[in-house]
Amino acid sequence: MRNTADVTGPAQDRRAGHTTDARAGRHGEGRRPEGDAALLGFARALRAAGVAASAERVHAFLRAVDALRPGLRTDVYWAGRVTLCGDRDDLERYERVFAAYFGTDGTPARPARTTPPPRPRPVLREAPAGSRTGPPGERRQGPPTATLASSAEVLRHRDVAELDPTERAQVRRLLAAFALRGQPRRTARRRPARRGDVDPHRTVRELLRLGGEPALLRRHARAERPRRVVLLVDVSGSMGPYADALLRFAHAAARGRRTEVFTIGTRLTRVTRELSHRDPDLAMAAVAEAVPDWRGGTRLGELLREFLDRWGQRGMARGAVVVLLSDGWERGDPHLLAAQMRRLHGLAHRVIWSNPRKARPGYAPLAAGMAAALPSVDDFVEGHSLAALERLAAVVQGAGTDAAGQVPGSWERS
Amino acid sequence: MTSIDSPEQVRSRLEQTGYLVDDGLAIACFLALRLHRPVFCEGDAGVGKTALASALAEALDAPLIRLQCHEGIDASQALYDWDFPRQLLHLRAAEAAGVRDAERLERELYDRRFLVARPLLRALQTQPSVLLVDEIDRADDEFEAFLLELLSEFQVTIPELGTLRAEVPPVVVLTSNRTREVHDALKRRCLYHWFDHPGFGRELAIVRRRLPQVSARLAEQVTALVQALRAEDLLKPPGVAETLDWARALDALGANEVDAELAVVTLGSVLKYREDTDRARGLDFAAVLAGRGA
Repeated sequence: MRNTADVTGPAQDRRAGHTTDARAGRHGEGRRPEGDAALLGFARALRAAGVAASAERVHAFLRAVDALRPGLRTDVYWAGRVTLCGDRDDLERYERVFAAYFGTDGTPARPARTTPPPRPRPVLREAPAGSRTGPPGERRQGPPTATLASSAEVLRHRDVAELDPTERAQVRRLLAAFALRGQPRRTARRRPARRGDVDPHRTVRELLRLGGEPALLRRHARAERPRRVVLLVDVSGSMGPYADALLRFAHAAARGRRTEVFTIGTRLTRVTRELSHRDPDLAMAAVAEAVPDWRGGTRLGELLREFLDRWGQRGMARGAVVVLLSDGWERGDPHLLAAQMRRLHGLAHRVIWSNPRKARPGYAPLAAGMAAALPSVDDFVEGHSLAALERLAAVVQGAGTDAAGQVPGSWERS
Repeated sequence: MTSIDSPEQVRSRLEQTGYLVDDGLAIACFLALRLHRPVFCEGDAGVGKTALASALAEALDAPLIRLQCHEGIDASQALYDWDFPRQLLHLRAAEAAGVRDAERLERELYDRRFLVARPLLRALQTQPSVLLVDEIDRADDEFEAFLLELLSEFQVTIPELGTLRAEVPPVVVLTSNRTREVHDALKRRCLYHWFDHPGFGRELAIVRRRLPQVSARLAEQVTALVQALRAEDLLKPPGVAETLDWARALDALGANEVDAELAVVTLGSVLKYREDTDRARGLDFAAVLAGRGA
């Protein structure tokens, strides 16, 4: 904070005085060294706030400020914003840190509207009950408008890294078994092949090598790539007994690069990055840190809409294999869920629903959410055991299911 | 390219072409010119990301070279290719003429005259130029890696010819609709700009500037309606492009002003989903128009 005056000082002078003076000094004496220190300090504060402002970006920031009018608040603001931020999610943090670091002076550089608020803001439907179970120190403030499907949102961080040896063994088996790959599909890229269209590049090269003598025609064919897989893992209270196993399944699955993982509970959280730790325990710890809503209620419809608005429709769900791992206990409006499932079905290549309760004797998809979703589900499978998850992996890879949701015959993993 | 030495100058040049920018974008463009860094543009569809490139080209009086990305795009479509039929013809002709010097023949075959320049190479060879790499999120990660070298060094290496470098680097605009996370290594080399939907005042100014034939009243009403629609919870909120479409459509219908009824029947110019249209019908158009009416 002590550096604040260095930057805001000249800015105020300049606003009061002449516009050309500061510019004239730009190429001459350059910035005062303490100005650099202020900028570096700002970059450090920004990093502390979670913006990945790498050294390269910081260098670009300094150069950018040099090219502009270093004393002027607007210019410093924008120079930093275009060089240090790399994502829309960074902008809000940038705004905050900038205001804190350089102070909120009377006339803000610009009406500070960076990101419009995310559109689908849930409305308060049920009054939040006052009973919070966590100790007061750990209490985390949810967004004020967040709706609570269950009577109380349990905002407690769960340490999933603490598992007993049996579970660890199970995880190792899971890891060995699953590198979830989507069904292969043809891409626009080509690779050399024995049959297929003639590949002019390689054929001509061959011809030229032989001095124009007729040579074998070289061919190429469309390369195949696995489809993107999107896993939506329900971590709400009713899924509590399964959440660990399912997330570890997701971790193993996410090792194939084209897999995205989200958790759904009272909020939608993208955990793909957290799961990219190779070590499963580290990954689980990172997920536990990132997911604020273990064991809350579920608002499948609203969260699915949020997923589709923010990610799915832009392309993440397009042509992908989307798997919902949930018991389908919807506490919100089943019509909304049905509508969003129809939307998802229109975008995705295949929609798979894996329900751990399905294996229970006498199970029928009567829960309002499940019943509403089923018409838009291509494969409805179990999800309660290792064997069931193996079957799920087979279905994701393209083995179909029959009417009863069973995978016909046996299958071999390559 | 005439020299530009302040963000204000960039702004006024762009405004002359009919493209209105705010402080942030003016500074981003200025820095792109000064630091030779690409501008990475993100934002909802229809907010003017692609239009920025053509506006810059016009403002700098430089040709616009456009590369539309798609899945599977590769170097031979984006950078360069060899003209095989002509190479073969040349080979045959040389043979007929009895040329036996294989080495010379090979050199001739990979001469520049057989090189087919695709957009990226063209941008390096054309000075000055504005290069638009549109919808980079549609290309796959192999292609991103390939762009990396090109955009940081502004040079390419063609094995048979050696390294070609741009003396004056092109001004590069990359756009992304965020269908996919673009790799940070690429973004790091760029200036990042997020496009917001413009506020009422700026959007009205854009409509007036781009469509001078539309009556002032109609422009104002259409802008107010679009701003109101954006506040609704729509699958695809309309962008500036849709505002212009709507104003154009109403103008084509001979309207000098719009009432609630006309607004509803022409909603198709702005909203592209049935669900959105249904939801928009619930909007009180008359009230919005009354708010901005007089």
